[in-house]
Amino acid sequence: MDFLGDYTLRIVALGAGTLGIVAGALGAFAVLRRQSLLGDAISHAALPGVVLAFVLTGTKAPLGLLLGAAFAGWAATLAVMAIARMSRIKYDAALGIVLSVFFGIGLLLLTDVQKQPDATQAGLDRFLFGQAAGLLRSDVITMMALGLPVLVALALLWKEFKLLAFDPGFGASLGLPMRALDVVLTGLLVVAIVVGLQTVGVVLMSAMVVAPAAAARQWTDRLGTMVVLSAGFGALAGVVGAVISSRVERMPAGPTIVLCVTVLVLVSLFLAPRRGLLWARVRARRARARLRVQAVLEALLDLDARHGDGHAHSEAVLEVAGAGRGGAGRTLAELERRGWAERRGDDAWLLTPAGRAEAEERYGGRR
Amino acid sequence: MSTRDGHAIEVTDLTVAYGDHPVLWDVDLEVPHGVLMGVVGPNGAGKTTLVKAILGLVRPAAGRVSVLGRPYADVRRAVAYVPQRGSVDWDFPTSVLDVVQMGRYGALGWVRRPGRAERERSLEAVRKVGLEELAGRQISQLSGGQQQRVFLARALVQDADVYLMDEPFQGVDATTERAVVELLRELRAEGKTVVAVHHDLQTVPEYFDWVTLLNVRRIASGPVDDAFTEENLRLAYGAPLGFLGRNGRPPEEGLVSE
Amino acid sequence: MTGVQLEIQAIAAVTAAACALPGAFLVLRRLSLLSDAIGHSILLGIVLAFLVVQELTSPFLVVGAALVGLLTVVAVELVRGTGLVREDAAIGLVFPALFSLGVVLVARYTDSVHLDTDAVLLGELAFTPFDRLVAGGWDLGPRALWVMSVILAVNLVALLLFYKELKLTTFDPALALALGLAPGLVHYGLMTLVSVTAVGAFTAVGAILVVALMIVPPATAYLLTDRLGVLLGASVGIGVASAIGGYWLAHALDASIAGSMAATAGALFALAFLFAPGRGLVAAARRRARQRWEFPQTMLAIHLLNHEGLPEAAVENRIDHLDAHLGWEPAFAREVVERAQRRGLVRSDGAALELTDRGRAGARSSLARTA
Repeated sequence: MDFLGDYTLRIVALGAGTLGIVAGALGAFAVLRRQSLLGDAISHAALPGVVLAFVLTGTKAPLGLLLGAAFAGWAATLAVMAIARMSRIKYDAALGIVLSVFFGIGLLLLTDVQKQPDATQAGLDRFLFGQAAGLLRSDVITMMALGLPVLVALALLWKEFKLLAFDPGFGASLGLPMRALDVVLTGLLVVAIVVGLQTVGVVLMSAMVVAPAAAARQWTDRLGTMVVLSAGFGALAGVVGAVISSRVERMPAGPTIVLCVTVLVLVSLFLAPRRGLLWARVRARRARARLRVQAVLEALLDLDARHGDGHAHSEAVLEVAGAGRGGAGRTLAELERRGWAERRGDDAWLLTPAGRAEAEERYGGRR
Repeated sequence: MSTRDGHAIEVTDLTVAYGDHPVLWDVDLEVPHGVLMGVVGPNGAGKTTLVKAILGLVRPAAGRVSVLGRPYADVRRAVAYVPQRGSVDWDFPTSVLDVVQMGRYGALGWVRRPGRAERERSLEAVRKVGLEELAGRQISQLSGGQQQRVFLARALVQDADVYLMDEPFQGVDATTERAVVELLRELRAEGKTVVAVHHDLQTVPEYFDWVTLLNVRRIASGPVDDAFTEENLRLAYGAPLGFLGRNGRPPEEGLVSE
Repeated sequence: MTGVQLEIQAIAAVTAAACALPGAFLVLRRLSLLSDAIGHSILLGIVLAFLVVQELTSPFLVVGAALVGLLTVVAVELVRGTGLVREDAAIGLVFPALFSLGVVLVARYTDSVHLDTDAVLLGELAFTPFDRLVAGGWDLGPRALWVMSVILAVNLVALLLFYKELKLTTFDPALALALGLAPGLVHYGLMTLVSVTAVGAFTAVGAILVVALMIVPPATAYLLTDRLGVLLGASVGIGVASAIGGYWLAHALDASIAGSMAATAGALFALAFLFAPGRGLVAAARRRARQRWEFPQTMLAIHLLNHEGLPEAAVENRIDHLDAHLGWEPAFAREVVERAQRRGLVRSDGAALELTDRGRAGARSSLARTA
């Protein structure tokens, strides 16, 4: 398909890319600050804000609706904090309460609005599961107008936010207003979530906060790289998902984007160098192979010392000596390939001089 | 007595309460310049709270704190803080050098990023704590002792006059413990004042020249020879006399009810 | 009230009661958000099972969906177990993925049945009475009422049988392990109940509001009582009240029943949060107001005690020095001293303050209590 030539597609890709970058960048901080599930509460809680903004102002303009969403999301974080701090209810339950009650109120309002004959409510539905195909140029401009200041603020307050995420107590001792910084960073997270609501929807937007960051964390040990990667992953998943959704019938945008980002997470968890599960397994296997080589070499050396030079030993003997752990044959073949052991006859093995030197150098000192 | 500015730290009638549960009752404390002071006391005695109150991190219900004769907020640059090692997430994606540079963030001011000067200075501190080979290492790959040294290096780059340390010996290896002691003595030799929350009663006379015994209120404070007595320890820990070894020194940390 | 209205309320009440029982343990075990995760991901189970059996009323659907619910818990545990992401992020990764898969499958393959995305979120409580259970020509009532009643009964029986195990593994898992109670088994047993209950409730109230019924009533009850038995009873009561109240609110507004049930539950929680005896904000504020003058008086007494008989006492223990030393406003200091004098804790000799015997004893006992 003619990607760049298609105006609608370009708008969709631009919008999804914007939301991916903003949510990805702020999500990195949210995940590091263990606010993954706060994102879930904020995005669900945005629903009543959207509907209320519509009811109160009659607006369908994206900026008005999104400001309503941001207000409700902000109120939700305050409610979570108030419940967790001022009562015996724990943080997890506070999140559950705020998330479900706000969302319930949102649904109540939404169904109330929907029965009005006024057709303008049609636009509100897309806030549930998101809609990519319907993105307009004005929507994308709104998203950018909200997202760009968020990124600029993140860049300007970079070192302060890093300190906030890593060691707020130390930051406070330096005289930095950590509480205010916390408020600002959480506020930026609210805006970042709000930016994606029309495209991904309130139900799944939290995944765009958590998943790109969780994927990015696997590839790097630097905060800066992690934030950039996370933004990149968010944009990639957003664009691919939104384009699929707007091209393929009956592929809702939000879930499609989330499935794309989930693929990125899985790839990262398995394949990321150093941290990835696959490499961990390869490393474990190599370590085992090394141990086996060592065991067989040591056994040969040991048997040599006892029986005198030139005496060959069978695989079974080596196995009995505890050397092979079931893999003596394979390990012997490996030793032969390296020129450390040689085969004498059908099933008799002997250290070569090179092998002896190797074994003595490696393990001889320990005896 | 309010005008005695010969003290590095002066705490007057400090009461701190969390909610309506008091953790420090009316504590008075004077720390002279250039001493190496240990703060000891049983768990829940308010040692960490005392350090945090001096730093203005918790708001006292009553009382005053002055550092170098002035309110803490005025002399912040002259004070360095080493939090408990366990207070941060060591899996955070950052490097040794980067954490050490955080010590300069206060002096840098808003928006400005650390530059070459900060980098040089931080590298020097990293060298001083013996971690030069690990400067680029991610912090989760450090041992407990190395993590503690990173925190110390971060305090060193603050180039302060007063150092407040919360359990700098907690869970570190013997090498690090010796290195830290060495470092503290160096600081003292430079005329700096060091206050360290400490757990191991046995090493108090060896490491410190000044000591404060705390158990919600101040039990004793002064030169180790005067204040670190059997009687004061009994008052602070409320343990039976028998737990103390000869010379009025507690035999081992493990015997103290923690 | 029509028969249909009665039936809807009955279904709502039974659903709320069934959700509150396992929900109470989720709240106490700090696993509240697993109900969110399970509530979402069972959609995938329902869809997959539906695609296999091609009917929405098969009991196989409940089994399949509950299995996926359980799988969610296992998957979260697996992701967390890699050590690559933290627990909160693990939950946040797993359920949106499973839920998304469910929604896409619904959107693509099941348009012929009324399992659409709206139903996923809102539930279809208003329509449940029209799906009747008919046996041998007899109309036995709405199917949903039967399903939820069975689930409620299962929850009740499980609770009665394993009350002591649930209680002990919730409050002292280490002791439970030592006593051989297998906390792991209890955990997965509880998660099975949560999954089955969520599947049943899903049809009535939708994916997200399952959370409201499982978490909000028990959390409200937790603000009112300390006793587990009372808490369970109160959770059920509050859940049922939210259901009935929510129904009538929806009736008045002509809006989503599930949404207004959640809103009502939220309102009840807010009431408890503000007015719960002893623990509510209002009670706490009252307590603080009472203590406002007590704490400074104790502080004053301890201050006087600390300097009593020492050379500096003449300086420290003067009313005009309290502001300098304790950091009190002079007017506040005067007020505290006056109150302490009236209570007979302190007497003054000119500007010098002195503890009475009573004041000394009080200061000592305050110190002893905190030290």
